[in-house]
Amino acid sequence: MKDFILPEDADFGTPPVHSETLVTLTIDGLEVTVPEGTSVMRASAIAGIQIPKLCASDNLEAFGSCRLCVVEITGRRGAPASCTTPVAEGMVVRTQTEKIKKLRRGVMELYISDHPLDCLTCSANGDCELQDMAGAVGLREVRYDAVEQHFTPRQNGEANPHYIPKDDSNPYFSYDPSKCIVCSRCVRACEEVQGTFALTISGRGFESRVAAGMPGDDFLSSDCVSCGACVQACPTATLQEKSVIEIGTPERAIVTTCAYCGVGCSFKAEMRGDEVVRMIPYKNGKANRGHSCVKGRFAYGYAVHGDRILKPMIRDDIHDPWKEVSWEEAISFAARKMRAIQAEHGRASIGGITSSRCTNEETYLVQKMIRAIFGNNNTDTCARVCHSPTGYGLKTTFGTSAGTQDFDSVEQSDVVVIIGANPTDGHPVFASRLKKRLRAGAKLIVIDPRRIDLVKTPHVKAAHHLALRPGTNVAVLTALGHVIVTEGLFDERFIRERCDWEEFQFYAEFVSDPRHAPEATEMLTGVPAAELRAAARLYAKGGNGAIYYGLGVTEHSQGSTTVMAIANLAMMTGNIGREGVGVNPLRGQNNVQGSCDMGSFPHEFPGYRHVSDDTARSVFEKMWGVELDAEPGLRIPNMLDAAVAGSFKGLYVQGEDILQSDPDTKHVSAGLEAMDCVIVHDLFLNETAHYAHVFLPGSTFLEKNGTFTNAERRINRVRKVMAPRNGYEDWEVTMMLANAMGGNWTYTHPSQIMDEIAATTPSFASVHYELLEREGSVQWPCNEAHPIGSPVMHIDGFVRGKGKFIVTEYVPTDEKTGPRFPLLLTTGRSLSQYNVGAQTRRTHNVVWHEEDVLEIHPHDAEVRGVKDRDWVRLASRRGDTSLRAHVTERVAPGVVYTTFHHPETQANVITTDYSDWATNCPEYKVTAVQVSLSNGPTDWQEDYEARATLSRRILPAAE
Amino acid sequence: MLPDKIVYMANQIATFFESQPEQDRLEGVVTHLEDFWDPRMRRQLFELIDAGGKDLSPLIIEAASHLKRPRQTA
Ligand code: SF4
Ligand code: SF4
Ligand code: SF4
Ligand code: FES
Repeated sequence: MKDFILPEDADFGTPPVHSETLVTLTIDGLEVTVPEGTSVMRASAIAGIQIPKLCASDNLEAFGSCRLCVVEITGRRGAPASCTTPVAEGMVVRTQTEKIKKLRRGVMELYISDHPLDCLTCSANGDCELQDMAGAVGLREVRYDAVEQHFTPRQNGEANPHYIPKDDSNPYFSYDPSKCIVCSRCVRACEEVQGTFALTISGRGFESRVAAGMPGDDFLSSDCVSCGACVQACPTATLQEKSVIEIGTPERAIVTTCAYCGVGCSFKAEMRGDEVVRMIPYKNGKANRGHSCVKGRFAYGYAVHGDRILKPMIRDDIHDPWKEVSWEEAISFAARKMRAIQAEHGRASIGGITSSRCTNEETYLVQKMIRAIFGNNNTDTCARVCHSPTGYGLKTTFGTSAGTQDFDSVEQSDVVVIIGANPTDGHPVFASRLKKRLRAGAKLIVIDPRRIDLVKTPHVKAAHHLALRPGTNVAVLTALGHVIVTEGLFDERFIRERCDWEEFQFYAEFVSDPRHAPEATEMLTGVPAAELRAAARLYAKGGNGAIYYGLGVTEHSQGSTTVMAIANLAMMTGNIGREGVGVNPLRGQNNVQGSCDMGSFPHEFPGYRHVSDDTARSVFEKMWGVELDAEPGLRIPNMLDAAVAGSFKGLYVQGEDILQSDPDTKHVSAGLEAMDCVIVHDLFLNETAHYAHVFLPGSTFLEKNGTFTNAERRINRVRKVMAPRNGYEDWEVTMMLANAMGGNWTYTHPSQIMDEIAATTPSFASVHYELLEREGSVQWPCNEAHPIGSPVMHIDGFVRGKGKFIVTEYVPTDEKTGPRFPLLLTTGRSLSQYNVGAQTRRTHNVVWHEEDVLEIHPHDAEVRGVKDRDWVRLASRRGDTSLRAHVTERVAPGVVYTTFHHPETQANVITTDYSDWATNCPEYKVTAVQVSLSNGPTDWQEDYEARATLSRRILPAAE
Repeated sequence: MLPDKIVYMANQIATFFESQPEQDRLEGVVTHLEDFWDPRMRRQLFELIDAGGKDLSPLIIEAASHLKRPRQTA
């Protein structure tokens, strides 16, 4: 099963230094040349000599506290610490002399005298640097008993005042102060790597201890976000994963990719047998560089959760209980039904939905099945409801639907603009990398109705927060363009070279109109003109300007227009085509980028080529040996509309829960109920499955091979670390269905599917598994012109040729507040939960987010008599639901906010079916609502609960 | 599909293209409908136009005369 040998991921002790100047020195007689500024410790490691160390680690700045790493340097007095001593030309270093050996043993002896000697039963046995170092320095005896120590509860028959009991408050790791050597690696990891500053060293000297939060806090009640960086940094068993305490140390590691968000972190899945012991972020992972968040590192337990459905099930009527059947029976039942529907209602009466959670290979197969075997283009993906406007907007302006940078690029940015995104919750590892850059001096502009964490967090403060009214993105961005154009801050040379000057003239005339001035739009948007002007000047003239945006941009009736407004800003300021700049969509789910690339949309084949494009179509017709439809198919909302109207009757849904994730729940359920065959292929009996006739059990990312493509276009390998508990990887299930409908497919490994993708899709032409093994990952386009991929796009020219300026007229949404619905509801996600929460709700992550709550400003709460934690009724023109209130100034007066992680809340009963004009991406981010006190769940919620329980019934399998 | 929804979506598209340069408007709408609307949606649009085109933006009506009529069956 292990198909990957880990390349070197040794610890070099101190971080790499980037310098043009090289320095040569001699260490134990070996000559080594390193960049100026490198530490002696790192230089030794490069030369192959490991100097003993305890407080150093190459993802943290050197600290110099343990004094174990001392060396002798010719011409210098004493024994300097090698981690804090920079190299010098001609330096002669000796790492192992009698004097040094003695010093090191002395240091170790002191540590060990205040450390319990229960190594054999310690959870870190075999994985402890203190143990390793005691061995490395040859410590053979400890000559004294400490008079005072930290590690026994009682001493001399009395309670030991220095003893602090274990803190087990965090569900995933424990803190056992009795084993702490106060190296402060955890504190520094929390600051430098994660950027949360939750830990401190309290007290001094012998009294110094690691403390989470304020006095009286434990880990759970502190600001800790459970990223695990401190646990990984800890050299001892003090901070330890509970899974290691329970299972023991791992015996092998397999590199794979997180299946939660669009950052696409690489992990080492550390295994014992087929049990995951822990997930360690992979140092050579180019998206995350050794860091992770709570979801990827800890929330994998859903894979073995008892709710997983492992046997296929069918039923004739959605009101019947489920019947467990064999795979053969389920597949042939489904195939028969789908074909019968087509015979009666026509070829275009069925379709399917691909998943942004599944692999590229799986997505490719689903759209292939729909186009080649269903014989129509009714394929869509849940990316419809999040990033379809990105596709339309960036394709129109730049020529391709993708972010322009890699994540490393942020290290070169001077001004970062975050629009409608909340990276600390949605894309935590990117947020950590961003915060690091901000602490080093880059400026931040936040454009968001909510005061997201980044606006003010330890050591980071936004230069400008434009807290606009939900639904006025286009007005704000156009006003920014107005300032840049009318104040002459645009980059004329870039525009003349890279864009169409005539088009820019037309745009400039439009945007210069005084009605777009920030002073004119202030009343509408709620953004003070002076603040907006200052932000525009900073972005245009502050150096490298990079824009990152999220669903707060796309999920509007003008989502596509907003994306184009963003592209305009980047082009007019010349912030495209090099490191540190660019336009970057922060993708929600792990494989949103990939599912779009793989041709999930009804109008385009893999690689964004329209189905009416004869050249592209003939490539696939030849490869698949069938004639393909040249007309675009139905998008998800259109499918549901057509279902209600009676012309759409059968749907295959892979790894999506449209009933919970799509807007206007009642409309979705009406559409699903009108269908004759709904096939749900998923891990759990999700909400959509209430309306399904066939349930095909899915596999988790731990159980399959494949690739995910993250928000930087990076194609990362997903590797199978255990056999699928349901029996098949998801691509095999799709293949069985396709073959039952006449497919004749013969894939035996996903690498063959990737070969087919490469053969048909120019931007993937060189992507093969062998290349991914060699390079670790590549960013598309990856072909003859870019043999190892493309970190930055549009370097010498735009993909479409000239960049295109688009006029972005603000059109207010038709969802308007009024006397009955005076507040605006906007939605989002929280750190610990993931989208509809199907996976994260089945892990310990619920301790951080046990329910969805409604954030409401104190003023709005007061006039309604609402107090914190009260049950409130949230009503819109569409429906109503109940949840608890959280009174906070994070939201502006007039705005309320909630997440949609829990099905009980049914937040989408409230949302409307208004959608983006170009892509039908739903307008989740603006709904006019009223809030009032209530006693508890609404009738709809209770009915829904009852109905859900009914439709989840499973009959035991017939013997 | 509900007729009002077709009208609503078509008019949203028209509204966007009305703000674009004069010479791009008509073509913009035609291409958009051909590229993104499944034949049954376009068929419905034609039915509405044939019935008088009530509430439809004039730009949509004009665009429809340049739009290919989809085949009757799919
Ligand atoms: S888990 Fe992360 S946030 Fe929490 S204390 Fe450790 S490093 Fe800081
Ligand atoms: S908890 Fe671990 S990392 Fe932190 S100071 Fe103690 S030993 Fe060092
Ligand atoms: S959820 Fe996102 S940020 Fe967190 S570990 Fe996974 S890919 Fe990384
Ligand atoms: S490793 Fe250098 S002082 Fe601790």
